[in-house]
Amino acid sequence: MVFLDLALNALASGIALGCIYALVALGLAITFGLLHIPNVAHPALVIAGAYAVVLANMRGIDPILAALVLTIPFYAVGLAFYEFYARAFERRGRGNTLQSLTLFFGVSLIVEIALVVAFGTDLRSVSVPYVGRSFEFGLIVLPYRFLVPALLAPAVILALWLYMTRTHAGLAMRAVAHDERALSISGHDPVAIKRHAFGLATALAVLAGAALVIVGPVDPFSGRIHLGRVFAVVVLAGLGSIPGTLAAAIVIGVAEAFVTAFLSPSWAPGVAFAILLGTLALRPNGIFGTAR
Amino acid sequence: MSWRNFLLVALLIVAAGMMLPRALENPYYFFAGYVVLQYVVIATGWNILGGYAGYTNFGTSAFFGAGVYTAAFLIKAFEAPLLVQVLAAAGVGMVLGLVTGYLTLRIQGVYFAIATVALVVVLETVVHNSDYLGGASGLTTIAPPAPAWFGGQTQYVFCVMLVLALVAVGIARAVEHSWVGRSLRAIRASEPAAEACGVPTLRMKLAACAISGGVIAMAGAPYPYYASHVDPLSAFSLTIGLNALAMPLIGGTRSWIGPVIGAVLLSSVQQITTVTISSEFNILAVGLMLIAFVVLAPEGILGLVSDLRERLGGKRVTP
Repeated sequence: MVFLDLALNALASGIALGCIYALVALGLAITFGLLHIPNVAHPALVIAGAYAVVLANMRGIDPILAALVLTIPFYAVGLAFYEFYARAFERRGRGNTLQSLTLFFGVSLIVEIALVVAFGTDLRSVSVPYVGRSFEFGLIVLPYRFLVPALLAPAVILALWLYMTRTHAGLAMRAVAHDERALSISGHDPVAIKRHAFGLATALAVLAGAALVIVGPVDPFSGRIHLGRVFAVVVLAGLGSIPGTLAAAIVIGVAEAFVTAFLSPSWAPGVAFAILLGTLALRPNGIFGTAR
Repeated sequence: MSWRNFLLVALLIVAAGMMLPRALENPYYFFAGYVVLQYVVIATGWNILGGYAGYTNFGTSAFFGAGVYTAAFLIKAFEAPLLVQVLAAAGVGMVLGLVTGYLTLRIQGVYFAIATVALVVVLETVVHNSDYLGGASGLTTIAPPAPAWFGGQTQYVFCVMLVLALVAVGIARAVEHSWVGRSLRAIRASEPAAEACGVPTLRMKLAACAISGGVIAMAGAPYPYYASHVDPLSAFSLTIGLNALAMPLIGGTRSWIGPVIGAVLLSSVQQITTVTISSEFNILAVGLMLIAFVVLAPEGILGLVSDLRERLGGKRVTP
C-alpha cells in the first residue's frame, strides 16, 4: 500500500511538474524549434516575467490574470529583441552558433543583473488564496499551488496549437521554419513572421513566469536551473512539435518525480540530462520529431 | 614566431614567474593571477575544439570539474604529488573528451552545445551523490607545505599554473600548425567537404575533443591546493563554461594567441570589478562585453587587428 501510495503521488506530482516544465519550455519550442534561434536567454525572461507578476500581485491582482495582461508588453519586448538580433546577425549572413549563443548568454546575464539591481537577491513570491491548501483524490494529494499552474499549461498549449494549425499567421510561422525562400516568393515577409513568432515566444515567458512563481518563490538566478531542462524538453520533443513539448516535459517530470520518490531528491537533476544525452546519442530527431 | 623563439619566450616567462614570489610581497596578486592563468588554460583548451573545429562546447565546467575532482580524489586516497594529479586530471579529461565525442558523433551546432551542458549536470549529480568525494558540502583538501622558495601555497600554485598555461598554449600552437589543425579548420569550414577531400573527420573530431578535454581538465588539477576546499557548485559552475566561450570569442578564435588575449583581458576585468565594485557588476560587465563583441567585432580582437592592418594599406593578414 505504501508503495502504491508513493507511486501514485509521484505520478501525479510528476505530471503536474511536467506541465509546468512544458510551459517554461514552450517559448523555446518556438524560438529554437521553429526559428532555430538558440535563445538561452528564455529562462531569464521567464524569471523577469515572474518578477513582473510579483509586482502586479503586490497591488492585489491575481497572478494568472496579471500574466495574461502582461503578455502584451512582453510581446512588444520580444519584437524589439528580435529586431536587434536580426540587425546584428541575420541581415549580414547567418550568425554562427557560437556567436548567437554568446549574444543570448550576454542578454541573459544582463536580465539577471537588472533584476538583482531592481529587486535585490531575496526570494520573492506571490500570495494567492489557494496556496497552502491541497487537492485530495483517493490516495493522491496534490497542493493547489502545483495543480493550478499545471492546469494552465494544457490550456495555453491547446490555444497555441490551434493558433499554429488553424490560423493563417500560425501556418506562416510553421512555413518559415520549413522554407524561408518559398515563403518570400509567395509574398510574405519572413522577417516580419519571425519577429511575430519571437514576440509570441516572449509573451509565453510571462505566463511561464506566473506559473513558476505560484509554485514557489523565485530569485533573479532561478532561470539557470531551468536552462538545461528546457532545452532537454525541446530536443526530446523533436523540434517544432508543440504537443510533443507537453509530452516530453511530462516524461521528464514523471521521471524526476519517481527518482525523487524512490531514490533520492539529489539524483533528480541528473535525470532530465541523462534522458537528453540518451536521446541525442540514439534518436537525435527527438521522440516526436520528424527529420530536421 | 618560430618554435625556437616561442620556447625562448616561454622560458623567459617561466623564469620571470619564478622570481615573482621574491619580488612581490602581497599574496593577493598571486591569488588573482592564478585565476587569470587558470582561464588562459581553459580558454586555450576550449579553443582547440571550439575555435579550430567550430564545435561549441558549452560544458567546459564538466571537464574542469572532472580535473578538480580527480586531483581531490588522488589527494584523499593516495596523497599523490601535484605532478601526478595534473597528469591524471589530463588523462581523465581526455577520456571524458573521447566519451563526449563518441556520444555526440551524429550531432552538430547547437545540439552539440546542449549535449555538453547535459554532461555537466550529469557529472555534477554523480559527484553530489558520492559520499567519498564529500557530496554536496564538498571536500576539504589539505595541501602539503609548498617548497620554501615560493614563500606560500598561493605563490606556489600560481607558478604551477603559469607553467600549465605555457604548456597549454604550446599544445594549442602545435595543433594549430600541424596537419591536425588544418584538418580541424577544414571541418569548421564544411564537414562534408572535408570528408570528401579525404580528411578523416571522425577521428579528427575525436582527437580535438580529447586534446581539448585534457587541457581543460588539467586547469582544474591545482584547484584543490589553491582553494583547500572543493565543492560541486564551484567546480561545475556555469561561469566557467560561459567564460571559456566568451574569452576566445573576445580574443579571436582563429589563432592560439586569441584565447590568451581574451582570457587575460576578460578575467582581469572580472577580478578588478569584483574587488572595486561588486560581483554583480562583474557579471554585468561580462554580459555587456559579450554583446558588444558579438555585434561589433565577431572575429574578436584578432579580427579587429587584421581589419586595421588591411585598412592601413597592407593585405589582409590571416593569423
